[in-house]
Amino acid sequence: MRELERSFKCHKIIGGYGEGEALVSREPICFYLTDPLTGIVREKTHELAGKNIAGKVLVFPSGKASSVVQIDGLFKLASHGLAPKAMIVKDVETVLIVSAFITKVPLVDRLEKDPFETIRTGDLVRVDADKSRVTIAARQS
Amino acid sequence: MNLTGEEERILKGEFGSGTQKAMELLVAIGEAYDAEKMIHVSRAHAASSGQEGDLYFVELLADGGARCKVPTSTNPVYDIKYFHSLFNHISKDEAQVARRVMEAYKRVGAILSWSCVPYLSENIPLYGESVAFSESSATPYVNSVIGARTNREAAQSALAAGIVGETPEYGLHVRENRKGTFLIDVEAYLKDEFDYTLLGYYVGKVVGYGIPVLTGISRRPSTEELINFCAMSNTSGAISMFYMPGFTVEAETVKDAFQGDTPKNKDTVSDKELCEVRKELQTASGRLDFVQLGCPHYTLKQVGRAASLLKGKKVHEGVGFWVCTSATTKLLADRIGYTGIIENAGGRVVVDTCIDEPCWVGYRDKVGMTDSPKCAYYRRFKDVMIGRLEDCVDAAVEGRWG
Repeated sequence: MRELERSFKCHKIIGGYGEGEALVSREPICFYLTDPLTGIVREKTHELAGKNIAGKVLVFPSGKASSVVQIDGLFKLASHGLAPKAMIVKDVETVLIVSAFITKVPLVDRLEKDPFETIRTGDLVRVDADKSRVTIAARQS
Repeated sequence: MNLTGEEERILKGEFGSGTQKAMELLVAIGEAYDAEKMIHVSRAHAASSGQEGDLYFVELLADGGARCKVPTSTNPVYDIKYFHSLFNHISKDEAQVARRVMEAYKRVGAILSWSCVPYLSENIPLYGESVAFSESSATPYVNSVIGARTNREAAQSALAAGIVGETPEYGLHVRENRKGTFLIDVEAYLKDEFDYTLLGYYVGKVVGYGIPVLTGISRRPSTEELINFCAMSNTSGAISMFYMPGFTVEAETVKDAFQGDTPKNKDTVSDKELCEVRKELQTASGRLDFVQLGCPHYTLKQVGRAASLLKGKKVHEGVGFWVCTSATTKLLADRIGYTGIIENAGGRVVVDTCIDEPCWVGYRDKVGMTDSPKCAYYRRFKDVMIGRLEDCVDAAVEGRWG
């Protein structure tokens, strides 16, 4: 069943606009552990193992792993056109900010509602970081 | 953020697009952390690496005409010519990335130290200075042992700070955030820097993200022991700062380290835990192909110790023996004669590089031995044995260990 659009305030970290299907991970993400030629998560024990993050609006708690590998991981995905369209996180740290900055992937945090209770994998989500707004355009039923 | 008129002008690009990009990154970080303003930094250390993400950013700044405003040192990459003369496996693409990274850091006017311990000789902060130091051992060493202030920077945010001469005021630049979070009582016997590597590895794993306060340390740790503790705890965990009251500079007592609060998290480390860490990291025993020392870069004292242990001996036929250090340390090691002793025994003292660089691709399928859990953790070779320096030298001579 289709619901009305719902829109939430958020806090811009890296500006820009991105829309796409949501992919929600309750575990932190290390981009180095995705396949740079497909976008598929290779980390075997990760809840997203085997899923593809390319072109998605990625919802996750935070980044993880050392600065060199994390930044290089997202950079390699982006240089193959396989970066996420936008990222919605709960906790930021410097390394994730740098990763999003150099790949120009919009990054926001502090969604006014808990993103894990609001957004489901498969929802169509628009992230307008410049206007500090996240819109769930269509729900996955 | 409240920016000054000058900072606004940098952000608008009036001083060139390179400095503008650096400022954009610093402002993004400041806004993410709700920093109110920028503060001056006196120096920076960029954890450069021969990788594409790093290359993109440093070239972006260099092409935009950016120059470092304050002394900014660089982390190991590798000497392409030197390694091409040893291995023919390094791909042209990888070598090209390394070459361009090194050139771009030169163009932005960085101190080309290619060292992971710049705080010992090339770029030394003072007590109370605000700095931006990336690199696992550098961040906690500078905060805890020296008492300067830095956040856990990425290479790019540290470089941006070095270009602009500023960083947002957040995190460990703010006194309240330098409060201890985890009390660790050390019962384990700590003989030398090898035991401090194991202690660091254990503490990083237990604490994860936080500021440990260590008690029970029975004697003043050496420079090398502190460097190793820093490198390992910030590899297995995210430890940007720690306290050893009585030995580190910022808090005289445990109470001061916790800024008057009662510690909520506690743990005790005995010999048993350190023994388990060692077992966890070890993946092989018996025959070995090479020994890798100097992660983090060996100090002059450690190079001297390796030389005295190797004196009059020969490294086993077919076994590689590598001591990684900084260019400044090697200069002195050459002069004193340490390098000669190591080379006569069949080993090599190599500068400007690190085990995590692509230049070691020739060892991909080999078995190595090291005195560094960090080297074992990030290794690009197949199997690893871990032991003290003395064990590593014996193993290199015998061609096997354990």
